[in-house]
Amino acid sequence: MSSSPPFRVAVTLALAAALVFLTVPVLAIFVDTSPSQLLSSLGDPAARDALRLSVVTTVSALVIIVAVGTPAAYALASRDFRGKSVVTTLIELPLVLPPAVAGIALLAALGPRGVLGSALEDLGISLVLQTAGVVVALVFVSAPFYLRQAQAAFAAVDPAVVHASRTLGVGEAATFARVLIPSARSGLVAGAALAWARALGEFGATLMFAGSFRGITQTVPLAIYDRFSEDFPAALALSAVLVCVSAALLLSVKLVTDRGVVGLAAR
Amino acid sequence: MTRSFETWALALVLSASLAACGSDSSSPASGAAASGSEPGGVVVSAASSLKGALTTYGARFKPGPVRLSFAGSDELAAQIEQGVKPDVFASANTKLPEQLYEKGLVEKPKVFAGNRLVLAVPADSKIKTVADAAKTGMTVAVGSASVPVGAYTHEVLAKLGANGAAILRNVRSEEPDVKGVVGKLTQGAVDAGFVYITDVDATHGQIRAIELPRDASPTVAYGIAVVNGAKHPANAKRFVDGVMGSKGQQVLKAAGFEPPPGS
Repeated sequence: MSSSPPFRVAVTLALAAALVFLTVPVLAIFVDTSPSQLLSSLGDPAARDALRLSVVTTVSALVIIVAVGTPAAYALASRDFRGKSVVTTLIELPLVLPPAVAGIALLAALGPRGVLGSALEDLGISLVLQTAGVVVALVFVSAPFYLRQAQAAFAAVDPAVVHASRTLGVGEAATFARVLIPSARSGLVAGAALAWARALGEFGATLMFAGSFRGITQTVPLAIYDRFSEDFPAALALSAVLVCVSAALLLSVKLVTDRGVVGLAAR
Repeated sequence: MTRSFETWALALVLSASLAACGSDSSSPASGAAASGSEPGGVVVSAASSLKGALTTYGARFKPGPVRLSFAGSDELAAQIEQGVKPDVFASANTKLPEQLYEKGLVEKPKVFAGNRLVLAVPADSKIKTVADAAKTGMTVAVGSASVPVGAYTHEVLAKLGANGAAILRNVRSEEPDVKGVVGKLTQGAVDAGFVYITDVDATHGQIRAIELPRDASPTVAYGIAVVNGAKHPANAKRFVDGVMGSKGQQVLKAAGFEPPPGS
């Protein structure tokens, strides 16, 4: 494929435009935030409550996602059945749902007036306005990120390796634990990191389903929104923290997946 | 073929968006409220509680089209401080427009309507009095302290004595605007919440109002102002005058608003 000079100039300009457009707003957060502001805003007890709650809820969500999602993704990757593409699409749907839709959907399903609401109430389970409700919202919006990556990672494992393990008399469960998971590790870690990053940024569904209350349901994104009108610098400082954490997660995904590719090639 | 088409499309979209930003350094979130250069239009940023009334009034506004965006008054004020320029700012209090006026960001605000804060409960609720909402185990939603409805609520709770303190302990969600509180009530997510009487009327019976003691009720006054540097200053002025005039007042009255306090 040969490219003409004007075309090359055009694509280079487009890339430059994309780069500027996507990075300037993020960098502006740091231009407007001095390190001392960052530290003093982190000293604010309400901000610390939000950070603590974000860590607790996202880690809880991630544990649930990995515990259920890993075997579920394996089932999707290893089995062929009628309607598999429908199942995959349904599972991935929350990926593309607007957060407000996710919030409404969760209320319609699990809210006090939702289809399963009274059943949950009979069991003594209440999710709205509770930390558990935040975790439910986070699992709903971020699980597909993990499921997708994990399914692809399992599908990419060389069937010969699995076959060898099985012919050596190792059971399916043991093969899953000792062969498949280690082989798919980099994809699983990348999926978990992406799911974690999505969960950290969750806003709309959390606000609509769980509400916003300091220490109980007010995660960092909600705390940022709460500060936005009264204390813009504090909102910027909290945003800066989220940017750093999310960037670190993204970077770890890149590192892990790059190493994973190298590892597979060396094998 | 498709690849190069995509590239051109991307380049086009990006250059268009960069051009739209121009030298304006306002945040990306501002775009929706700030643009709108068509002649004859007017861009209005208004408190969530004004949604029904101003939508009705806006549809009848002669030099139309009226582009309304609704959010918590505090967020709209913060946007204006960040350089967003709607033509008109209508707030659920007088404090925010007065503050913007002192900073030279809006023209002298006018008080155009009043409202009444009430305790609201789902229609089928057993709660009959303010004291019922103060019982242990009740859940309450309020506006966040920065949004006018939240500030009014805290004012009321401070005047309600022991009941107020008990209700404050029952608060389980601080919503960014009054519609958030209404949503929590209509979904049955909370037992009670503090909203304006106009919000109760707007739900057509889904929620019910419990009046607050007269001596604890705050004065809820709505302020409106033309934003300095508005793109459509003439239409903005006409919009404000119209809201203050008989047509605007009629629409506001029909939506349950009270006349401007002190008039």
